[in-house]
Amino acid sequence: MTPAPAILPERGLGDRLTALFWRHPRLLLGLLLTPPLLWLGVVYLGSLFALLLQSFYSIDEFSGLVVPEFTLKTYAELFRAQNLDIIIRTLTMSAAVTLACAVIAFPIAYFAARYAKGRWKAVFYLGVMLPLWSSYLVKVYAWKLILAKEGIVTWAADGLGLSMVLNAVLALPVIGGNSLSTSLLGTFIVFVYVWLPYMILPMQAALERVPTSMIEASADLGASRAQTFRTVILPLAMPGVIAGSIFTFSLTMGDYIIPQIVGTSARFIGLAVYQLQGTAGNIPLAAAFAVVPILIMLVYLWVARRKGAFDAL
Amino acid sequence: MTSAVEFASVTRHFGPVRAVDGVDLTIAEGSFFAMLGPSGSGKTTCLRLISGFEKPSSGTIRIFGQDVGQTPPNRRNVNTVFQDYALFPHMNVRDNVAYGLMVKGVDRRIRADRAEDMLALVKLDGYGDRKPAQLSGGQRQRVALARALVNEPRVLLLDEPLGALDLKLREAMQDELKALQARLGITFVFVTHDQGEALSMADSLAVFNEGRIAQIGTPAEVYARPRTRFVADFVGSSNVLSPEVTRAFGGPPAWSSLRPEALRLVAPEAGLAGTVTSIRYLGAASRISIATHGTEVAAILPAGQPLPAAGAEVGLAFDPAALHVMEGP
Repeated sequence: MTPAPAILPERGLGDRLTALFWRHPRLLLGLLLTPPLLWLGVVYLGSLFALLLQSFYSIDEFSGLVVPEFTLKTYAELFRAQNLDIIIRTLTMSAAVTLACAVIAFPIAYFAARYAKGRWKAVFYLGVMLPLWSSYLVKVYAWKLILAKEGIVTWAADGLGLSMVLNAVLALPVIGGNSLSTSLLGTFIVFVYVWLPYMILPMQAALERVPTSMIEASADLGASRAQTFRTVILPLAMPGVIAGSIFTFSLTMGDYIIPQIVGTSARFIGLAVYQLQGTAGNIPLAAAFAVVPILIMLVYLWVARRKGAFDAL
Repeated sequence: MTSAVEFASVTRHFGPVRAVDGVDLTIAEGSFFAMLGPSGSGKTTCLRLISGFEKPSSGTIRIFGQDVGQTPPNRRNVNTVFQDYALFPHMNVRDNVAYGLMVKGVDRRIRADRAEDMLALVKLDGYGDRKPAQLSGGQRQRVALARALVNEPRVLLLDEPLGALDLKLREAMQDELKALQARLGITFVFVTHDQGEALSMADSLAVFNEGRIAQIGTPAEVYARPRTRFVADFVGSSNVLSPEVTRAFGGPPAWSSLRPEALRLVAPEAGLAGTVTSIRYLGAASRISIATHGTEVAAILPAGQPLPAAGAEVGLAFDPAALHVMEGP
């Protein structure tokens, strides 16, 4: 019997490519990275840059044509009372939605990360993602019906003898209104519902990485549950909370459909951009408006970093 | 002498699994106590019952005479060195060590001083500003130790404290833990599956098997006079002889154990005849397997003695007092 050769025979194209990539490890990396980098660099960042450029143009007030000359005039327009109003309203709504999502998501994410095993974990993922499978528009219209004056919320409040409470809430200035579906409170509720999964999933992923022994060590050293939460769980889950809040914050800031369907006529940034580039044809101001959320997110991340939110990464 | 920890018929079920099954145990104050056993034998669950991370399904646990059945972990005056150390990755070493004082509301300056003292105790002075990720395994273990000692617990629990360290470091840490315990005078309870570690460090030890305690005693007692076949086999890999073989070896017809180091090799006609089946070189000694009377026994020969060849006919001799007849099954 002849001994087997030290080098096995080549079996075709697969082996030839494997050998090529083994001799030139960077080649494979390059091949894998080129398409996404092209997409990110050209299509994504390119269009962002084009947007930024537009925001430094202005519109001729008589002809309604875009003047392609560098100016800060359009940005100055953002500080007009009505525009500033839109920005502040959007910012407040985004912050409120993010905070509410974080508070509601935490127990759900904590349960899923700590206690759910096997089948219950599957139930959790299904439960969280199921709403994402149905159309966003259908969900929003469904909520309009739920929150309408003749809707299930009013009906349930009547049945439980809580219509006094509901009316008192609706009588509140700014957030109140004729009914929940025509109030800022209603807009808030729908925003929280629609973006909640985007907060739960990153939070759950972050909490999953906190070893049980760390929570036990904290209790072992004398910490109460509240102290453990504040000094161990929350700091370790912070990157996840921040990731989730980036989603909820930026999604709320950019949305222009929910405020149109549920809420008052008060405008938000997304709606302003939509109207400015569509009916008004004021692309530069629309672009300037669109830059605002980007700036806010950058400031937010910078502050979060300064506060040590990413120390546990 | 008061007992630091006392178990009275403690049982812990996980569904149908009896992780701890009717354990009675008394750990004397100031002792270095080892819980020894294979994985799944209930030793870690017992440790967690003391710290409060598990609740007994039935039975009573007392720490210094006080029933802790209703006491959560944070109010028990015991601290734990975790197997994975469980250092907080977002805090530096000083804050990790001072954590127990921080949650008690001790002033920042005082707790920083105390943390430095503890770090000096475990020979890590000057490491306070580092993050746990910047330390080696041995250093992390010392931080975990300092963190557990900063609260001045009356009982220190150690869960496989040396399991993740390499051999050299493990031996050094064994000496250090022993010295530290002697110096502080507090009760150490440590869990291990390494019988060598338990024998060399503990004042007394409990051997666990399937949720029960197979034997409690000093290391010398347990090693020399194992009560059951399991103990004889687990503590020091003894030769366990069946009643028939025991009789052939000159004992009563009962299960017995014979330590490999008690066997000597003599001429075939001068002892029990047997055939060498294999020889394993261990450095300081060699382990010879010998087939005799339908079984196989091991003999440990110190280095320097002439070794037989595999297949050689040899005779076995031993001091009759070394043949230990076991009371248990």
